[in-house]
Amino acid sequence: MTIEATQGTAEAVELITLTIDGVEVSVPKGTLVIRAAELIGVEIPRFCDHPLLEPVGACRQCLVEVPDAGNGRGMPKPQASCTLEVAPGMVVQTQVTSEVADKAQQGTMEFLLVNHPLDCPVCDKGGECPLQNQAMSHGRGESRFVETKRTFPKPINVSEQILLDRERCVLCARCTRFSEQIAGDPFIELLERGPQQQVGIADDQPFHSYFSGNTIQICPVGALTSADYRFRSRPFDLVSTPSVAEHDACGSAIRVDHRRGKVMRRLAGDDPEVNEEWITDKDRFGFTWTAQDDRLRTPLVRNEDGELEPASWPAALAAAARGLAAADGVGVLTGGHLTAEDAFAYSKLARVVLGTNDIDFRARAHSEEEAAFLAAHVAATRLTVTYRDLEKAGSVLLVGLEPEDEAGAIFLRLRKASRNGLTVRSIAAHASRGLTKMNGELVATVPGQEAAALDAVQLEADSVILVGERLATSPGAYSAALRLAERSGARLAWVPRRAGDRGAVETGCLPSLLPGGRPVADAEARADLAAAWGVESLPSRVGRDTTQIVEDAAKNRLGALVVGGVEVDDLPDPARAREAIEAAFVVSLEVRENEVTRAADVVLPVAPPVEKAGTFVTWEGRLRPFDAVLSLPASLPDLRVLAGIAEEMGHDLGFRTVAEARAAITETGPWDGQRTAAPDAPVPGAVKLGKGDVVLETWRQMIDDGRGQDGQDKYRATARPAVLRANAATLQAAGIEPGGSATISNKTGSATFPAEVADLPDGVVWVPANSGTNLRSINAGHGTVVQLSGGNA
Amino acid sequence: MTDVLTPVLSKNWGDDRAWTLQAYEDQGGYQALTKALSMAPDDLVTLVKDSGLRGRGGAGFPTGMKWSFIPQDDSAAGNKPKYLVVNADESEPGTCKDIPLMMASPHTLVEGVIIAAHAIRAKRAFIYVRGEVLHVVRRLQAAVREAYAAGHLGSNIHGTGVDVDLMVHAGAGAYICGEETALLDSLEGRRGQPRLRPPFPAVEGLYACPTVINNVESIASVPSIVTGGIDWFGSMGTEKSKGYTLYSLSGHVKRPGQYEAPLGITLRELLELGGGMREGAELKFWTPGGSSTPILTAEHLDVPLDYEGVGAAGSMLGTKALQCFDQTTSVVRCVLRWTEFYKHESCGKCTPCREGTYWLVQVLQRLDQGQGQPGDIELLLDLCDNILGRAFCALGDGATSPITSAIQYFRDEFEAGMHTPSSELFPPVASTLFTPVGGAA
Repeated sequence: MTIEATQGTAEAVELITLTIDGVEVSVPKGTLVIRAAELIGVEIPRFCDHPLLEPVGACRQCLVEVPDAGNGRGMPKPQASCTLEVAPGMVVQTQVTSEVADKAQQGTMEFLLVNHPLDCPVCDKGGECPLQNQAMSHGRGESRFVETKRTFPKPINVSEQILLDRERCVLCARCTRFSEQIAGDPFIELLERGPQQQVGIADDQPFHSYFSGNTIQICPVGALTSADYRFRSRPFDLVSTPSVAEHDACGSAIRVDHRRGKVMRRLAGDDPEVNEEWITDKDRFGFTWTAQDDRLRTPLVRNEDGELEPASWPAALAAAARGLAAADGVGVLTGGHLTAEDAFAYSKLARVVLGTNDIDFRARAHSEEEAAFLAAHVAATRLTVTYRDLEKAGSVLLVGLEPEDEAGAIFLRLRKASRNGLTVRSIAAHASRGLTKMNGELVATVPGQEAAALDAVQLEADSVILVGERLATSPGAYSAALRLAERSGARLAWVPRRAGDRGAVETGCLPSLLPGGRPVADAEARADLAAAWGVESLPSRVGRDTTQIVEDAAKNRLGALVVGGVEVDDLPDPARAREAIEAAFVVSLEVRENEVTRAADVVLPVAPPVEKAGTFVTWEGRLRPFDAVLSLPASLPDLRVLAGIAEEMGHDLGFRTVAEARAAITETGPWDGQRTAAPDAPVPGAVKLGKGDVVLETWRQMIDDGRGQDGQDKYRATARPAVLRANAATLQAAGIEPGGSATISNKTGSATFPAEVADLPDGVVWVPANSGTNLRSINAGHGTVVQLSGGNA
Repeated sequence: MTDVLTPVLSKNWGDDRAWTLQAYEDQGGYQALTKALSMAPDDLVTLVKDSGLRGRGGAGFPTGMKWSFIPQDDSAAGNKPKYLVVNADESEPGTCKDIPLMMASPHTLVEGVIIAAHAIRAKRAFIYVRGEVLHVVRRLQAAVREAYAAGHLGSNIHGTGVDVDLMVHAGAGAYICGEETALLDSLEGRRGQPRLRPPFPAVEGLYACPTVINNVESIASVPSIVTGGIDWFGSMGTEKSKGYTLYSLSGHVKRPGQYEAPLGITLRELLELGGGMREGAELKFWTPGGSSTPILTAEHLDVPLDYEGVGAAGSMLGTKALQCFDQTTSVVRCVLRWTEFYKHESCGKCTPCREGTYWLVQVLQRLDQGQGQPGDIELLLDLCDNILGRAFCALGDGATSPITSAIQYFRDEFEAGMHTPSSELFPPVASTLFTPVGGAA
């Protein structure tokens, strides 16, 4: 894959020259003195200051002397360097050269410690505490304060997950400012005054923010802790490994702290190009899923009695190879969680070993139009739209995408930009909380009618269109999005939900697409890839997609399935999928036991991301490689297992390690030939609704029943309640009172939620896709028509 | 200097039902408004600028200059609505001038507001009154109602095309809301805490629009300047501190109260007018302008009470709240009470004020109880040094003034706090006004 090299053109920056501690330094206009000082290697102590938050000047720790403000006059009082912008000719003296500044800092430090408990030995922050560190570097060894400290009962819950020890708090307001300025969830606020000032919540409104964990990380003391990590370890016992979050397509940088082979916590990494310094609570707390009791530890093979029994790796690989070789056709379902290297291995196994293009990563609703869109517009492109581009765009149009729930880092970027004037618009059925927080405009649209809405939108050329994977259920929408981009000159990016989705596209886990964006139907592309792989030819027939693979396996028209990382209830028709895995010979590569492994003939345990190296590809097409955090020799990546199967079948995939696979991907390279034509599906007419029928708008809330969040009950308790939203008329027509029970149903089943009034069009209801009920288990999804009725089913 | 007393603001306080519109108009009220409405706004600003009127809220910033900072050009800020906010959140210990003024003659303030709003082209004005003085809030509201009924407020005032709406807002009782930017936050419905400057209120004040914030007395002085002119106004006061002002005499004096006199009068003269200290009492120490101004002693009796004179004596004119304490008063106890006030009222935003006052109180309590430790005086001075000029707003500075000045003049009393409780040296009951000096409890 190619190198990322599309940084924007360098804009001319006006430089200001000033003198700090006798050292002349030139910095961009608008720089704060505290950061200009960092450039000459002087670290001014600070608490309330945070580069990504607006200056507040509250803690007064960063005081410096300004003998010349740049106008020849000195400032009479020491100045807070975190609120002071540089000026030409300004002279600043920090604690290094000014006794006044040094004494001011020592004085403030002493004041901060007046009411701070000396409980460092039992405090989670001890050892990584800015207050502790700076008290050592800028404070006096012993306090003169011998009087009575203020105390509070400890601790209090500001949410099920976040705990607050008020007496440790130095009232820097980083947490409250983060919540208000960054996340847009001002559920915590400073209350009371003077020494009684404290962070608190309203009685009936806990700190239920998807980004609440960031407040723990930016707290400069141990005032905020998580129920999850509190009292679990000391920072100096932990080993920190940088990694990449596996829960969405954002590629957020994280830091994984682990001890003796066990992950203790995860923190946000610092990547200005991607997630800045923030991650979602899902990225932070969602790591215990790999350590549940249902983790698969050993290969399993179905014996003659039909029972799964443990087997050795060689025996299991041989059994898998035998079954696959004997089968009349093999379909490969890879899900969306794989690393690019693993996805590449599935892709190559299918083409070279199994001789088929029957491979599809889309373990969800999908369409041919979507596959054509991905081939024409997404595959083998790199960084055509980046996070930074979102900030610079004139406007951003969201279609079938709810960033706050589905792509947290995008949401935070868009919210940041919207505070600086970016217009965000969303083609959706109602104004979600996320859209409201971005001060966005709703283009009210009935699910399924997105294509018509796109055709009606006018955009400027400096706009960005972000389309979500839900559009696969909205006929004509991808085609219309491409038309809109063509018509307006706006850039268009596809934002899938899962970390492995984009990598799967790039590595050809699609029936019509080979690695590097090579179209199966293009003989030249096939020949190019065959040459790169050193094989004579590649299967030329476009393969079956997920739905067809499931259907044909259920009807015994496909003898075997290789399934990696797929939940049955995510598939478009779970009932049919159950028939398929019963009927076919199934080789299942999974981290944890699930419906597929229980029905499989050979179960091969594979490593979760924390135990292997790999690469996730973000929605931007940015490569996010990471190393294994935990080194467990018995935990194998999918690609190693697939290489073993290939060898048993008499083939060589050409790689057995992640490093070799990476090299193989690079060697394969992207396709630079003719791209396939863009899809041009017709715009559908309006759906006629029968009596009692409603159209569903739905997506997965960030905190839901997904298995990647298992083991995190405290975190899950902060989820938004599962409710059904509809307008008053729609509820009334179904005889539902707001707050009462509302049930959606179809032939397959039903789901019940409390009803809530919202601004949806008539005949449309919104429900969460996997909170309480997985809608796919009743064959329902975005845009499907269901019956709405009052009460429980 | 003209007469010793120059009642202008207080001239009508003794009239029958002086607070009513009728009584106010009978003695010439709202004539200044008529004149002002016929003047161009810029001329009004120039008039007030040339009069030399300085802010009566404590800092003494020239009022006309403050008005002239409001952008009136075609810039983005100049095109925003402008606001006039009257700071009537009088809460400083000892300060008691605005509340009597608004109680006795609210229309003086209302008339001043309309003129000032016209001058800065504000269509909306607010009076932020401290919430505890409910009687004053009601009186102001009644006055505003009357003014609307008489056509002095509202749209197209007296057919001149000038629109001014006035809203009386009651605070919830926080000292910090007297700090002008905290007042704006409070007025906007937020917690009252001072804002970062820049941007200054003249550019981004209330609702991020250009805003003038003036003290009650400053605004109330405007009608008299419009009527009397700058020469008349300048005939009172001193060169740099022009005009008359309200001096609030309180404490151990025979006749405490409001004495309206030209700036530059001395405490000696005011005490004579007030009948002197109470029987048998000597002046021990006094504040020139509320508890946030460094205390002065009997040696400062002849200091001219104007901005420059008091400044030269090492204090500040402040709000001209002359609290006079006699020899029965313990300086340590008095300073402790003031410091307890600052601790209670610290908004908590910045560290030095929040934690510093919390600590200072405990040290002073110890000294007050005669349990001071060696080094406590140096500790107090050092803590004050770490607060003064380090806090976010001026209230932190104010908290240190009584302590450092008290130690400067009465260090021995603090030293006595190492061994003898103040209640022994200065029995509290002896300081009460109902105990004759030298008398028993």
